[in-house]
Formats: sequence, structure tokens, C-alpha cells
Amino acid sequence: MAEIQIKNIAKNFGSYQALHDINLTIADQEFMVLLGASGCGKSTLLRIIAGLETATTGEVWIGGRRVDHLSPKDRGISMVFQNYAVFPHLTVFENIGFGLRMQKLPDDEVTRRVERTAGLMHIDQLLKRYSGELSGGQRQRVAVARALAMEPDVILMDEPLSNLDALLRLEMRAELKGVLADSKTTAIYVTHDQVEAMSLADRISVMHQGRIVQAATPIEVYRNPAAEFVAGFIGNPPMNFLPATPSGDGKWQVAGQVLDGPTSRSAPLQFAVRPEDIRPADSGLTATAKVVEPLGAHLLVTCEVEGTMFRAVLDSDLTVHVGDQLTLAPQPDRIRWFDPETTLAVA
Amino acid sequence: MNARILPYMLILPVTLFLCLFFLYPFVLVSQEAFSTGDGFTLDNFRDVASYWKFPISLQNTLLLAAAVVPIQVALALLMATMVNRMQKGRDMVLYIWTIPLGISDLAAGIIWLAIFEQSGFLNSMMTGLGIVDQPMNLLSYQSPLIVFVAIALAEIWRATAIMLVILVAGIGLIPKEYYEAAEVFGASPWKRFLKVTLPLLRPSLQTALILRVVLAFEVFAVVAALGGTLFPVLMGEIYAYQFDLQDGGAAAALALIVLAISIAFTLVILRALRVPKGATI
Ligand SMILES: Nc1ncnc2c1ncn2[C@@H]1O[C@H](COP(=O)(O)OP(=O)(O)OP(=O)(O)O)[C@@H](O)[C@H]1O
Ligand SMILES: [Mg+2]
Repeated sequence: MAEIQIKNIAKNFGSYQALHDINLTIADQEFMVLLGASGCGKSTLLRIIAGLETATTGEVWIGGRRVDHLSPKDRGISMVFQNYAVFPHLTVFENIGFGLRMQKLPDDEVTRRVERTAGLMHIDQLLKRYSGELSGGQRQRVAVARALAMEPDVILMDEPLSNLDALLRLEMRAELKGVLADSKTTAIYVTHDQVEAMSLADRISVMHQGRIVQAATPIEVYRNPAAEFVAGFIGNPPMNFLPATPSGDGKWQVAGQVLDGPTSRSAPLQFAVRPEDIRPADSGLTATAKVVEPLGAHLLVTCEVEGTMFRAVLDSDLTVHVGDQLTLAPQPDRIRWFDPETTLAVA
Repeated sequence: MNARILPYMLILPVTLFLCLFFLYPFVLVSQEAFSTGDGFTLDNFRDVASYWKFPISLQNTLLLAAAVVPIQVALALLMATMVNRMQKGRDMVLYIWTIPLGISDLAAGIIWLAIFEQSGFLNSMMTGLGIVDQPMNLLSYQSPLIVFVAIALAEIWRATAIMLVILVAGIGLIPKEYYEAAEVFGASPWKRFLKVTLPLLRPSLQTALILRVVLAFEVFAVVAALGGTLFPVLMGEIYAYQFDLQDGGAAAALALIVLAISIAFTLVILRALRVPKGATI
């Protein structure tokens, strides 16, 4: 059992505050992805959990035990590094067995575990090689096998696929998901790739400027972003925003249209809708097509609605030309509202 | 230019330089070593090797190298690790530690002579503290061990920094992630040094060791200043043949013997610290 609790973690580098009051609970055997743009503090948080970095304030608990004063090896964790950190002077076998040797396990136990994890990662043919004789993908597999061989409670991964080409990434992603699900470990996975996050995660923690903005299932993060940042970060293309002014009794004025919206608010809000939740209709928002991109399955149309950029993913059967006037209707149950003051979602 | 011959064109100047200033004198020295006036002969080598001072100077040179080099390796490793950990003042410390490199070996010998001679600092200090009644002649034939220690100390002081700078550069090239991985997988600081630093430092260690061992066989001025004739070494004998005995042939033969020893040790070091194929950073 290894539930991870992060309580009030903050981290300062000199006068720069990289993390602000992080609170997060990760359930036993959960696959948690930390997602955010470059420099938002994902690696810092992961390294604090690993013990490679010390938090300025706050506590880390793993499996009901406070660990922030323990060295990495006593935390029951293992880690896959961004550049793999596969030791160049050791063979693949000795790399995978490195942690086991450090624990002074008997030779036959080391061999058994190395062979088992190497089998899981399909690198049993490479055990005698040095890392200089491996491809990037194979090195990646060694790094994962080395982490798994420790039979850890928690496995931490910092952008482990970012150095692989697109095809290999896809393949490794699926494989990683399968292997980790079988190994019954709790996993924390750092990435800035939202597709990777969506496909791997049980839950995603979206980070922004040193804070966790939302921690929820991929579908929840996608459908019900907790803040404007999440709405604008997740989804490709991201959500569209338009200013909305109240026109009484749960009615809102958006680009000349009157739509149903929150009843409890009287100050202006932001109207938001995903590009894929928009249909051409007889009545709706008036948009001028600016760029038309046929993507095979869909037609991505970038338009302008009252001077604001507005994207729509339309059926590829439609023919749209640049300069065309479109009438676009957002799907009512997919419309979201945000408070421009707090940037948070409004129910 | 043709891509096949371009590399050769580029190394041509260096090759010419080496031929002119290294290969040519080397051929001359060899010629002198293998002749006594009438054709090829090994007489010079026989003379040199059968002279009574040869075994003792060979032994002294090897002993000195055996005492000095391991201590220097250990010291240089320690100092390099310390410098590498430093955040502030790193460059400053490195400059200070490498000052002895800028001092000629004769000057270094004289500095240590000023410490060890009868009217030197060490004697003044010991008499001042009342440890001894009157200054002693430390560097005499009656105390060969002190002579040896003084020479070894001077050599360590003078030439550790050459290894240090090579090792500092080498340690700086080891990615930090390896240490973090080792730490996560349970290696203590000492194990990290043994299992990460040392093996990944092999190429630099190789260079530093070869340079230092070859220099150790060429030890001369420090020994001359501190030991004089009390501690004969190979280089001193070459000097004596050439300038005191005016026997260029013997000097050349002994020089070639030193060269052979250096090459032998270089090969041993290269072999002992070689990095397997595919195992480089
Ligand atoms: N050792 C350090 N000293 C000073 N500032 C640091 C240090 N490490 C990280 N930072 C700063 O903290 C912030 C968060 O860094 P972090 O490495 O956690 O970002 P990240 O989310 O992992 O980004 P990326 O996706 O680029 O890896 C950055 O602004 C970075 O400049
Ligand atoms: Mg990072």
C-alpha cells in the first residue's frame, strides 16, 4: 500500500518561488500525471517527492509514513530519468541490477529479478550490452526495467518519453501503461504532452506557475476545466473564449446572441466552448472564416467572431472558403463559463 | 578540396612540426646511442647498465614514482571532488591550488630546501619550540629517509595540480543525472564515488596518470636541489654523462632506456584503464 500525500509543499530557489502551497493525494496504485507547460515546477515537485530536492516548507507522506527527512533510497521509490541516466560503464544487466546490488541481495535473486523485468520490457536479448550500443528506445526500456526491478511502492517518471521519436513514443506509451498496471505500483508521471497525459493517466494534475490548478480524471479535466488556464491548455485546438454580458434571469449576451447561462451571477463572464462542440446552424454566432485547414477526418476552421479568434472543428464534408460567413451554434450542454476576475469556472 | 585528402592536409603542419622537432632529434639521439664511432654497437648500453650507479638510480627513480604517484592520484581525486562540489569560490580555490604548476621545478626544489636545510624554517621552528636543542642537518647521508621524504613532499606539492586540473575537467563532464540515479537506487556517497565517479573518470585518469608517471621518470631539478648526490636518479645520471663525463653516447643510451620505461608504463596504464567499446559517456 503506497498512498502519497503532499501537504502544503512550497519551494523557493533564492527569491524565486517555484512551488506554492501544493496539496495533493495520490491513491495507492493510481497513475497520476503532472501536466503543465515548461518551467511550471513539475520536475521540482517530482524531485521533492523523490528526495533529490528539499522542500522549503511542507510534508511528503508515502504509505502512511512521513518521508521528507529520509534519503531517496529509504522512501520506497524508484525513478526513471528524462535522459534515462543508464550508466554507460555498466552492462544492461548490471544497470538493471544496480539498485539490487546496492541492497546486497544474493546473486541468484538479482539474476532472477533482472531477467524477469528485462523480459517484461523485451530487452532480454540485450543484457550483455553497454548503453553505447543501444538505441534511444532500448535505453529507455533499460531505465524502466531498472526502476521496476526494485519492486518499488512508487515509481516516479520525469518526461521519460520526451527523447523518443513520435512513433516510438506511441508504442512505449501503450507498453508502459500495461506494464505499470500489472506491477501494481503507484506512479507519478511528469509530462508537458497533453495527449500522453490523457492516454496514461488515471488522474491528471494540471500545474501552472507553481500551483496545481486542477487534479481530476482526464475526461473531467477535458470536459469541465476548473479554470481558464486548463481550458486554454488542454485540447488541441484549445477552448474558445468570448466575453459574455448578463442580460437578466440566466440569460447572457454573447457576440450578439442570447444564450442560457449561470443564474447566480450579475457581473460579466467568459463564455467558453470547445471547437469540436460547435455545429453550423440556422441561428448562432456569426463568424468569418479566416483560415481553413482540412485535416482529413475534420475541417479545422479558424474564424473571427466580433474581432476574437474562434476555432471550429467541422465535418470534413462541408466546403468552407476563406472569407465565408458562417453561423455557428455551440452545443448547449457543452458550454462552460468562467469568472474573469478569478479565472475559475462558474457553475 | 577533395574530402578524402582534406583531413591529411589539416594534420600536415603538426606532422611536419613533430618530424622536425621530435622525430629528427630522436633519430640523432638513437644514432648516438647505438654507435661509438665505428658502426652499430650496443656498447653504450652495456657500459651504462653495468655502471654501479645505474641500479641504484633506477631503483630510486622507481621508488620515488611509486611513493609519489599514488599519493598524488588520491590527493588529486579528493581535491577534484571537493572543487566540483563547491558553489562559490570554486575558481579561486582552483587558481590557488594550481599555483605550484607555475613554478619551475628547480625553484620548487629551492623552496623546499629553504624549509629543510640546516638554517631552514623547519629547524628554526623546532628549536624555537624547544623540540631540539640546536639545528640539525636533516638532508645528510645519515638520514636517507628524510632526504627521500623531503623530495617526495616537494614533488607532491609541485606536481599534484597537473593531475588535479585534468581530473576537475573530467569530473565536470559526468552528467549530474548519473549521481541522482545512483542516489535513488541506494548508493551511499562513497559508493557513488566508487561506482560512478571512478569508472566514468577512467579516460581522464588515464591521461593524468600517463602524464604524471612519465614526468616522475624525468624527475631531476627537485632531486638535485634537495638530495644532490645523496639520491641519484636516472635523469641526474644522464646529465652527469653528458656534461660531467662528456660521454654523449652513454647519455643518449640512458635517455633511450628512460624512454623505453616510460613507454612500457604508458602501455600498462592504457591497458589497465581502458574503457570497453560502447561504454563511454
Ligand atoms: N536549481 C534551481 N535553481 C534555481 N531555479 C530553479 C532550479 N531548478 C528549477 N528552477 C526554476 O524553477 C522553475 C520550475 O522548474 P522545473 O524544472 O520544475 O520546471 P518543469 O515544469 O519541470 O519544466 P520542464 O517541462 O521544462 O522540465 C523554473 O522556473 C526553473 O527555472
Ligand atoms: Mg522538467
